[in-house]
Amino acid sequence: MRRSARVLTIWLLLFLSALPLARPADAREQLVIGMTQFPTTLNPMIDSMLVKTYVLGMAQRQMTIFGHDWEPICLWCTELPTFENKRAKRFPVLDATGKETGREGVRTTYTIKPGAVWGDGTEITTDDVLFSWEVGRHPETGVADSSSYQEIVDIEVEDERTFTIVLDKIDYRYNTLGDFQLLPAHLERAAFANPREYKNRTLYKTAPGTPGLYNGPYRVTEVNEGAYIVLARNEQWQGKPPAFERIVVKTIEKTAALEANLLSGSIDYIAGEAGLTLDQALGFEKRHGDTFDVIYKPGLIYEHIEFNLDNPVLADIKVRRALLHAIDRKAISDKLFAGNQPVAHGAVNPLDWAYYDKLPTYPYDPSRAKALLDEAGWTEIRNGIRHRPDGTKLSLEIMTTAGNRIRELVEQVLQNYWKQVGIEVTIRNEPARVFFGETVRKRAFPAMAMFAWLSAPEALPKTTLYSSSIPTEANNWSGQNATGYSSPEMDRLIDAIEIELDREKRRELWARQQTLYATDLPVLPLYFRSDAYILPKWLKGLRPTGHKYSSTYWIEQWRDGSSASQ
Amino acid sequence: MTGYLVRRLGQALVVLWVMSFVTYGLLALMPGDPVDLMLSGDPNVTTADVARLRALHGLDQPFLERYGNWFMGALQGDFGYSRLFSAPVLDVLGPRLLNSLLLMGLAFLLAVSVALPASIAAARRPGGMADRLINLLCFAGISVPPFWLALLMILLFAVSLGLFPAGGMATVGDGGLGDRAAHLVLPVLTLAVASIAQYTRHGRAAMIEVLREDYIRTARAKGATERTVLWRHGFRNALIPVVTIMALDFGALFSGALIVETMFAYLGMGKTIYDAVMGNDYNLALVGLLLATSVTLAANIAADIAYALIDPRIRLTGRGRA
Repeated sequence: MRRSARVLTIWLLLFLSALPLARPADAREQLVIGMTQFPTTLNPMIDSMLVKTYVLGMAQRQMTIFGHDWEPICLWCTELPTFENKRAKRFPVLDATGKETGREGVRTTYTIKPGAVWGDGTEITTDDVLFSWEVGRHPETGVADSSSYQEIVDIEVEDERTFTIVLDKIDYRYNTLGDFQLLPAHLERAAFANPREYKNRTLYKTAPGTPGLYNGPYRVTEVNEGAYIVLARNEQWQGKPPAFERIVVKTIEKTAALEANLLSGSIDYIAGEAGLTLDQALGFEKRHGDTFDVIYKPGLIYEHIEFNLDNPVLADIKVRRALLHAIDRKAISDKLFAGNQPVAHGAVNPLDWAYYDKLPTYPYDPSRAKALLDEAGWTEIRNGIRHRPDGTKLSLEIMTTAGNRIRELVEQVLQNYWKQVGIEVTIRNEPARVFFGETVRKRAFPAMAMFAWLSAPEALPKTTLYSSSIPTEANNWSGQNATGYSSPEMDRLIDAIEIELDREKRRELWARQQTLYATDLPVLPLYFRSDAYILPKWLKGLRPTGHKYSSTYWIEQWRDGSSASQ
Repeated sequence: MTGYLVRRLGQALVVLWVMSFVTYGLLALMPGDPVDLMLSGDPNVTTADVARLRALHGLDQPFLERYGNWFMGALQGDFGYSRLFSAPVLDVLGPRLLNSLLLMGLAFLLAVSVALPASIAAARRPGGMADRLINLLCFAGISVPPFWLALLMILLFAVSLGLFPAGGMATVGDGGLGDRAAHLVLPVLTLAVASIAQYTRHGRAAMIEVLREDYIRTARAKGATERTVLWRHGFRNALIPVVTIMALDFGALFSGALIVETMFAYLGMGKTIYDAVMGNDYNLALVGLLLATSVTLAANIAADIAYALIDPRIRLTGRGRA
């Protein structure tokens, strides 16, 4: 026994003697960011993950994005094309025989900014643009949302820095390049020799530390798959130099562990884009608000409840309106989220210029809810639950992703509100993969499904509201209009918005579209989710955007505010 | 012994083949596919994108055809690509398996180093002070949820005392032996606690039973020292049931490692398998589960060999144990 004790002691001493004391990162030369996810690839085209966009915001800039004011801006182009500056021109679309089709297309000309270079000093040229288009539109490269590439009919090259995008239709997004990502042709062309294998052979995967893959203020120098990504200053960057020598993005999936790492000094900052949930951040702020700043930023994640409009009870608009009048969303936001998640009255965020502020709203009004239910024929109350005179009980089911604590909490609060007006609501939740993979996809939820959509500024709800986007067995459950909402007027408005180039006229169309949405209520709007950014007091210059182009696109503005040199 | 090992290895290969088919089938039966996961939350993906991506990932083929393709590839050493990592699955799993084996091996060594002396100390005087204290600690160790224990460890040793890193494999830019060891301390301790408690309970029970045997009384009557009685006559005989538990428990360490790996951001197999299953990465999940099965099978074969080494009366033959 004494020998075992000796062995144990030696074993422990070996460990203890090898220990360097846990030390915080050098806070001034290095910034360590904590996140809960790790990108599956750093290739800007393959997979659309928020966390990848976050990392690439520091290292890989694209031609156009949305700015802090949610308006499109140029990153690598000199100016956005418009009809006024003559960089956008209409042309009649011809058919295969050369006859006019009656439709109009648009040519938009972009010029790459002088000084745009890859991390190895190679200039960014139109050759990169052409190569990126070739990769993006190829059906076998695995690009999730390929529309930004597929919609381009041709790219006409004027010189090494100027090119013209040809579209055979005009829509309101004509002067942005959407998700068009730039790839370095001089490095990636070899990996694209076999397009089907491209996603596995791209240098972003096989040699992500290659400097020439990046064109931002930082470049990736080390990737430890699943654990961390290290970025160092890009020596070739010709814009404002970033303040930190090195950025480390660490992945710690459990938020409790993420929080503990922040407190222990292992990380400096928890990114709002993939960090603590709002309730966790509120709790953290209460405990550690004196040592950390917490920024709450509402964004484009639209939490809502989809109605299954095939359900005869929910097919009645009066019941849908009663459901909305019966709940106090403002109180829910105040009590559960300290007022940090603004109530949604529709799918368009109030921060978006397209938002219409005079649309019909449904304030908390239980009396109105009861009256609407009476009008709908749910007049008899037995054991507190409404029934029709034929004995049918007003009972509905709500579903959401099991294990999502906030959604499950909100469900219970809603259930209680609805009970007060005589609506029985039962809860049946499923794991996310079952819920999204089967239930929502195949419209198998009997009454209500609570989840969120992530969109972009002025995003057209074509896949979620258009009548041809209703998933059915016949179309192999394609489309994302899970409510089954079908309105010729909504289809017309969506089509009209898409081709209207005049912003003021489009604003009018958006107003009509949002009014129709709020009137028909195919979904029950809840709130716009907020991200919580937890940063040390010394970190300054960080401005969340609220949309998918994260705060890291302005990493040059981040700085150590406590430094004497600042 | 050689014949026995060849036979057991043959059986293990059959088990692995059956496991591969069953696992592949179960994964295919799960709702949704990788494309569905890409869709969830992204309203921009069109119907055409969905059809194109399904064809690209081979998800439009029937199950048996997909399994057949995978199996023929596996026979030639090609276990396929991981969709989540965009890399060959063995490239993803190899380093993680080593990490897990290191974590589990150290936790196992620690558990054995603590549990065996503790079980003997408890069994010497059943109902005594030491026995009661050890029992109490064992019940606490078995009862405490690993995720909670992990959190406590982080808060105490990393946040409050600042002794050990809160998570990860190594400090970025360091990665020396000492640094890696420091990062292992808390995960190993957390993972070992439940095993220590379990081994101690089983060891104590086995020791108490053995110490009641006639040959122990005989040894004492012959004037053998207490140390000789305990370790030479008692401990060795009590070890066989404990080894069985340890062999079975080695497989269970994988599931325990999942929680510990997640809490400490430690890149191991448990976490990877979990992510692969949840992310519908069929190839990665399948090969990961097969590797976990292989480790469990290997632990069982090792236990059989250990029986023969511990007790000379046990012989391993090609026809089974005799």
